This record gives sequence, C-alpha cells and structure tokens, in this order.
Amino acid sequence: MKKKLIASLLLASMCGALLAGCGKGNDSASKEQVIVYNWGEYIDPDVLDQFEEETGIEVVYEEFETNEIMYPKVSSGAIAYDVICPSDYMIQRMIDEDMLYELNYDNIPNISNMDETYLKQAEEFDPGNRYSVPYCWGTVGILYNKTMVKEPIDSWDVLWDETYADNILMQDSVRDAFAVALKKLGYSLNSTDEGELEEAKNLLIEQKPLVQAYVIDQVRDKMIGNEAAIGVIYSGEAIYTQRENENLEYVIPKEGSNVWIDGWVIPKNAEHKENAEAFINFLCKPEIALKNFEYITYSTPNKAARELIEDEDIRNSTIAFPTAEMLENCETFQYLGDEVDAIYNEKWKEIKSH
Amino acid sequence: MKKHAERIYLALIFILLYAPIATLIVLSFNKSKTRSKWGGFTLKWYSSMFQNSSIMDALYTTLLIALLSAAAATLIGTMAAMGISSMNRRMKTICMSITNIPMLNADIVTGISLMLLFIALGAFGVKFGFGTVLTAHITFNIPYVILSVMPKLKQTNKSTYEAALDLGASPVQAFFKVVFPDILPGVLSGFLLAFTMSLDDFVITHFTKGPGLDTLSTKIYTEVKKGIKPEMYSLSTLLFLSVLLLLLLINLAPNAKKISAENKGNKK
Amino acid sequence: MSKKYFAAPYLVWAVGFIIIPLFMIVFYGFTDRSGAFTLENILAILSHEHAKALWLSILLSLVSTVICLVLAYPLAMILTKRNVNQHSFMVLLFILPMWMNFLLRTLAWQTLLEKNGVINAVLSFLHLPALEIINTPYAIVLGMVYNFLPFMVLPIYNVLAKIDPNVINAARDLGANGVQTFFRVIFPLSIPGVISGITMVFVPAMTTFVISTLLGGSKILLIGNVIEQEFTQGNNWHLGSGLSLVLMVFILISMAFVMKYDKDGEGAMF
Repeated sequence: MKKKLIASLLLASMCGALLAGCGKGNDSASKEQVIVYNWGEYIDPDVLDQFEEETGIEVVYEEFETNEIMYPKVSSGAIAYDVICPSDYMIQRMIDEDMLYELNYDNIPNISNMDETYLKQAEEFDPGNRYSVPYCWGTVGILYNKTMVKEPIDSWDVLWDETYADNILMQDSVRDAFAVALKKLGYSLNSTDEGELEEAKNLLIEQKPLVQAYVIDQVRDKMIGNEAAIGVIYSGEAIYTQRENENLEYVIPKEGSNVWIDGWVIPKNAEHKENAEAFINFLCKPEIALKNFEYITYSTPNKAARELIEDEDIRNSTIAFPTAEMLENCETFQYLGDEVDAIYNEKWKEIKSH
Repeated sequence: MKKHAERIYLALIFILLYAPIATLIVLSFNKSKTRSKWGGFTLKWYSSMFQNSSIMDALYTTLLIALLSAAAATLIGTMAAMGISSMNRRMKTICMSITNIPMLNADIVTGISLMLLFIALGAFGVKFGFGTVLTAHITFNIPYVILSVMPKLKQTNKSTYEAALDLGASPVQAFFKVVFPDILPGVLSGFLLAFTMSLDDFVITHFTKGPGLDTLSTKIYTEVKKGIKPEMYSLSTLLFLSVLLLLLLINLAPNAKKISAENKGNKK
Repeated sequence: MSKKYFAAPYLVWAVGFIIIPLFMIVFYGFTDRSGAFTLENILAILSHEHAKALWLSILLSLVSTVICLVLAYPLAMILTKRNVNQHSFMVLLFILPMWMNFLLRTLAWQTLLEKNGVINAVLSFLHLPALEIINTPYAIVLGMVYNFLPFMVLPIYNVLAKIDPNVINAARDLGANGVQTFFRVIFPLSIPGVISGITMVFVPAMTTFVISTLLGGSKILLIGNVIEQEFTQGNNWHLGSGLSLVLMVFILISMAFVMKYDKDGEGAMF
C-alpha cells in the first residue's frame, strides 16, 4: 500500500507540474500591465478590478511586510516593479540612492485632490514632491485602557511610570522605540547626536523592566484582549481597536511624535512607467481613495475623499485627522545614512540584551 | 497499569500538539476579526474564503510547490543518502556538513543568498517565479530527507545490495528490490518532513518569488501588519479536517488493512 | 558502478544552490561596506551583546533539544508497540498539526498562554493559580519544543520500529533486566535516529527568531534575532553574514562532535 501511496503522490505532483507549466507558458504576451508592490492588505481588492476594467491594464500584484524586507528585492533589481509604496524614510533613501523616476504630473492630474498640508509634510523627505505621491498617513501615539489607567494621559512619561510595570507594550523596532525616548527627552526623532542617542538608550534600558513585551503588530490584539494597560500604536489601528474594545483611548503625547506617510513611487527599472502613473492617478480619485480609506482605515491625505466620508464621527475624528496643533511637535522619519543607522542598531542591541 | 500510563502519556502529548489547532478552529467561527475577543458564532469566513480567488490561488500554489519540492527532494535526497553512506568517513563528514548548511543558516541568509544567485543567473534567462521558488524549496528540503533516510540505511545490511548485484541485478533493480523496501519508512518520513517545511516557509519564498505568485505563508505574513484575515483560520480548519478525515478513512477501511498486513508479511 | 555515484545529482545540486550562495555569504562576511577585506564582522561575535545572544541561543536550544528527546523517546517506544496497522496513521497524526501555518500556530499559543488567555481562563475557573509564562524564556522553550517535537519523534520511531525483536529477546534470555536491555541494547541501536533528531531540533532552534519574538515578548535577544535584524533594520549585510558564518562554524563543530557518537553506534551494529 505504501508503494502505491508513493507512486500516486509522485504521479499527482508530476501532473501538477505539467499543469503549472502549461499555465505559465503563454502569459508572456505583450499585454499592457503594471507590476505593483504594496504593503499587505493595503488596498481594497475591488479597486484593482476597477482599475483593470477602466484602463484595460492588467495589474500584477505583490505584497511585502516591512520596508526593510521590500528594499533588497527592489534595490537588487531582482524584479522590475513598476510602482511601489514605501514609507517616508525609505522613499528618501531610494531618492538618495538614485533609484526613483521623477513623476510626470501631466499624467497624474488627480493630484489636485490632495490636501496641501500633507504634500507639504511629504516635502520633509521628498523636497518638491518630485518622486512620490502620498497614499496613507498617520501618527504614532499611546493607546490606553481607561479601566486600567485612572488619570488622563498626555505624555510619554507614562511609559516610565512604575505603577504600570508589566502593563506596557513598547514598539519592537529601532527607530520607533528611539523616537519615543528622544521625544520624551525633547530631542528630534531624527537625532544623529551620539550624546542624545546615548541618553535615549539609557532611558530605554531603564524602561525595560517595566515593559511587558516589545511588539509590532501584536499590540492591536493584546490591547483588545486587555493584556496591557498602555501600548504604543499607529493611529490607523487605534480606530479599529476602539471598535473592538470601547475602553481604549488614543492620544498623541504633547511632546510630539512621529507622523508617517506612505507614498507611491516609481523605481528606475520600471518597464511600464506610464501605466504606473495611470495607476497612481487612479488611486487619487476621490471615490477610489474613499474606498481604500474604508478598507484600510488608515488616514487618507485625499481632501476630496475625506469630504465624501458619510460617517460624521469618522470624518471629524481627531484620531484619523488630527488638528494642526496636535501635530505641532510631530516630525516624519528621515533616512539618516548607513553610519547613523548602525549606531542606532548597536544601541538597540544593547537595550535588548540588557 | 503500564498500559494506562502509556495511554495517558500519549494523550498528554496529543493535547500539547493539538491545543493550538483547536484554538485555530474555534477562531474560524469567531465573528470578531481579532484573536483576543469572542464576538459570537459565525460561518461568514467560510463563505468569504471560497469567494476570495487570491486565497484559492495561493492554496493551489502552496500545495503544488510543497508536493513537487518534497517529491524532488525525496528523490535527490534518498539517492544522496545512499551515496553518502557508502563513502569513506572523511567524505561522509564533508558531505553531511554541506547537507546541514541550508538548515543552519538563518532563513533570511539562505533567502538573500539564493536571490543573489538567481539574479546572477538572470543572464541565462532565469526569471523570478514558480521555478525559482521551487528550486529554493528543493534546496532547503533535501537535508530533511537525507537526515531521515540515513539512520534507516545504517540499519540495513550493506552486503545485501552487493549480493543482489552479484546475482545479476542491475543497480536500479537492486535498489528497488533490496534496499528500497528497507528504507521506505525513512523515505516516507523524509517526504513528510520536506512537505511540512515547504508549507511553512515564508522568508525564503519571499526573496525568491516573482510578482503575482503567492503561497499561503507569504499571504499570512504580509497580512500581519493589518491583522490576519479570519479566512485563513477557516482555510486551516478545512484543510486540517479534510486531511484528518482522509487519514481516518484510509486507516479504518478494512481492505486497506488487509493489504498492508499482507505487505508486512511479504517483507519478513 | 559504485553506489557512491548515487550522490552525484545531489552534489551537483549542492554546489549550485548551497556552495555558491555560501560563497556570497563568505564574501559579504569578510568585506566591509567599501568592499575592503576585514575580519571585523567575524570578530564582532566577541562583543558583549553578540556573545550573550549566542550563549542564550545555545542554552535555550539545548534545553529544548533535551526536552524534545526526553519526550520523544518514550513516545516513539510506545508507538512501536502499537498495532502494526496503526503505524503510519499514528505517525501522520504527529505531523498533521505541523501542516497548519507556523505563524498561525505560534499566534494560537499566544492566545492560549496570555494573561487573559484560554489556559488562564480555565485555571481560574478551576480556582487554580494562574500560569504566567508568556513573554519569558519558558514560553520560548515551550514554543521550540512544540514546533520541533515531530522532528525528533519521526527519526527515532523509524529506527526503533526496525530493531529486530529477537535481539531484545536474546538480551532478556541472557539475563538482562529491562533497564539493562534498554541501555545496553535498545538505546545504542537507536543512536543514528537520535542523532538525526538532535540535528533537526537543535539546528533550527539555534537560528529561529519568530518564536522568541512572539512568545518571548522580544525581550531576549537570540543570535537569530541579531542576524535577522542586521539584514533588515540594521541594513548591514556584512555584519549579518559575518555572524551567520560564525554561527555556521559553531554548529558544524558541535555536529561533528555529535557525529563521533554516531560512529560508535555504527560500530556496535556491525
């Protein structure tokens, strides 16, 4: 029986291979296409179908998990992507390394739907908005559980408060963790000063015994499940967590925080630049941007789309669309160069192995 | 008494192994998207799963790659194990060390180095896609096959193969008639381990795949940022239950039992 | 034709897809960003953080391997005793959970172990003290044992199933008691399987980082985490490669050490 089992398995797999071979055989046709590289779950799948219908351009879609895991695939030229959606500091890095095409705004007329404020914000990493079109944005702040935290929270200081020992969820990525400490100390989150970084490092080491866990995406589920009282989280997740657990509250600390922007760029080795621009233009349509906002729940920089939001609470939510004062002390991450990155990284390892 | 102790021990281990699976099954009926809150019973994830063509595509690709890579790795690995076992000690150590390399590199190291290799091979027309992923999977699967087959080979009597040759069998005949039946359990478990490793891999697949090609693993990992879609739980549940059902059927079917008993008899 | 040549296809494959990529890692490991030769990336293992990470990895992997072995061996023995027809069925039952996605399984453990998780809900219902191991090294060990146990059970089981019962009966007839039979006859005969099992548990445990991130609360830095971080957030492939080379050599040496016992096992057989 075992022999038969093996034989049939082998046969099945060989048939499978043949099928796969046939399937792959004839898709090299010169059909119009655009190869998109985006974050996971970062677009409403209907939008892709709609784009294909309206323009006749076929979308080949691939997803990534982090900026860092995306970068080697693009920079090595392994695959010629047409349009990618990295974050602020990664866009700056790609500009620095001359990896991006300048956008031809004649092909992206819908850029006029964008809110000037965010285009301005994006100039921190892309002066003149020459290479990128903002797609989603948000802040980093503190999510806390009102039943476990008595006093109102408005400062990063609470992450060093011993009453919350073992009830704090801290961000598990170098720049995000240092941003918290640097902002608490009143420095820029793009600091390159060794002294300031050393101070921030000591602060984070001091915090470590109070931290329940360093997490990235798990902060969402853990906060919903009442695992911890306080967590550092992205604003886009805050709305979702509140919907699942009404005791949660989000705040941008008064010392300021990180404003992040993810934007669309076209790498230099793109083979379908015009299609890529058509794709970006399509995403800037108000009703499409709205559709994506509803799917992703991260803030949209599209003014026209925001006006279309039917739910008043969300349209005026200060979590999704914080006011200018709230953003006063906030900064976007910048690419600091390999040398400084290495310093951050060394210090982060010292914290983690403490 | 001893029988009882054994039963309890088995039961405990099975609880350990199946507790997370039970959790996944429960979560697949959870109305709420989060894993940390019970939002009521629902079947909606099952229906939305079948309507989601990208999940179905990923499932197909995953199974195909796992089957093909495990089959190829089993073939190459079993032959390799036979060859290696008849080498002298020094060669053997060298070969086994090479064998261990894909296992003892962190996935990201294997993934990036294979990506660099495939880029270099791009000059010869190699394109990132199904083929590169399959190649990568075969590569990291082979060690598991070799490590499963080697112990069985050590148990077999080395001279039987030579005896078969002396008696006029071709090497292929000698292999299939004499050696293969003895090492079959090792080959099978090598195949199963390879299949398992292939199903689970994310990092190496990420670096060796082309656009538009997704496995379940790459889909699940990229979903982490926005929260894993509950459809993945329902898919896992269905996969699990169908395999389990299949196993039970094969095991309980009376004539299958007879045949396997006969086979056992023949071998002795 | 010598049997040796059976290994030929594999060796060709290994040269193409193992050795050549390995040289790329060696190249990165021995150069710096400007492309000049350096030993810095190799010697970096001596720094406090890296040495500590390596030490913790060894410790946790060793503990997990030992636990796996202790759990798996009796298990394999029980399995061999069961009805012959159930053999492959039982084996498949062990591998089946592993076909569910690794990440989903590990996240499920989070749901089970958390402070307000399933296990603690059950314990508090029974008025038992809470289990607080999430975000500690214990949870990491649990995760490793859980994930790698089948890799220990299968090779041992395969070897045990093949031991000729006559050998054991002979030992008994010659007056050996149960313990003696086990340590003098059964265990030595099963060593090749044990070694394969140790390799397939210890080696992956040394390089894992997802388990320590998800179950250990990312509070403990293992060498796998360091390497992963150098390749991603740190963007320093050179240091990452250097450290992986060190790790690789380290594991190879320990494996060669284990293989020595293998030779003894073989000697006992023929």
